[in-house]
Amino acid sequence: MPTSLGLHIAAWGCSLVVLLGALAVVSLDNLFRAALSLGVVLLGVAALFVLLEADFLAFVQILVYVGAILTLVVFAVMLTARAHAATSPDAAPVSSSRQQLPAAIVSVGLFGILMLVTRTLLLTVPIQSATPVDLQTLGRELITKFVLPFEVVSLVFVAALVGSVAVALTKPRPAGAPVAGRRP
Amino acid sequence: MVPTLLIVSSALFSLGVYGVLTRRNAIALLLSIELILNAASLNFAVFSRLYGQAQGQAFALFVIALAACEAAVGLAIIIALYRTAKTVLADQVTLLRG
Repeated sequence: MPTSLGLHIAAWGCSLVVLLGALAVVSLDNLFRAALSLGVVLLGVAALFVLLEADFLAFVQILVYVGAILTLVVFAVMLTARAHAATSPDAAPVSSSRQQLPAAIVSVGLFGILMLVTRTLLLTVPIQSATPVDLQTLGRELITKFVLPFEVVSLVFVAALVGSVAVALTKPRPAGAPVAGRRP
Repeated sequence: MVPTLLIVSSALFSLGVYGVLTRRNAIALLLSIELILNAASLNFAVFSRLYGQAQGQAFALFVIALAACEAAVGLAIIIALYRTAKTVLADQVTLLRG
């Protein structure tokens, strides 16, 4: 990777965006805004993939995460919106998070441990070592060495999607029972 | 620059763990899990770039695909749960409490 100043600035900027967005995801009370912050994080990670010269990963990240998963999440937020509306007018008693202090201690401790473990790696790894992976190599690996995991992942994907349709399917209800998503 | 992205990925992972530990809403829990999975795939991409190996990117692709599965199944479960228990707060669902 050409270590020019512009790339460094772009990497730091993207990292800052990713971390601030992640902070918003875990701290915002409004779930819809948290989901949109997740979109910011995902786009920032995609930009980091581009900076790491993993273009295909960046495209997949944008297509799958921002295009599919985020849409799903936003739909789920809207479908369950009445639950949020039912709890939020009471305001104060229902907080959106709990046990913040112990969780903060645990996560900062985890970060410290991770840094301690990877410290030697950060110092010893050669900065300018390898050539970037090109798309042809990746594609060839996916259909030769990793063909079995690749196929298994696609099977898992089909199974998961069919299963989620089966789980979320509206079953016929006895008369008078409220059905989610339909106004009385 | 490339190894310092490991710090970013560790911080992203820790923030995701913080979200999983603190959030009460099940959808917000899923969002935090997405943060954790993103940290993992970022880590794979960093090591793939450092050592010039395509395996890292292949596994990052698998992580992204499985994250899509996880999101679909998780959100379906949450919607079914909302129909049954009329809540999406994970600590208010006590259907299995003896």
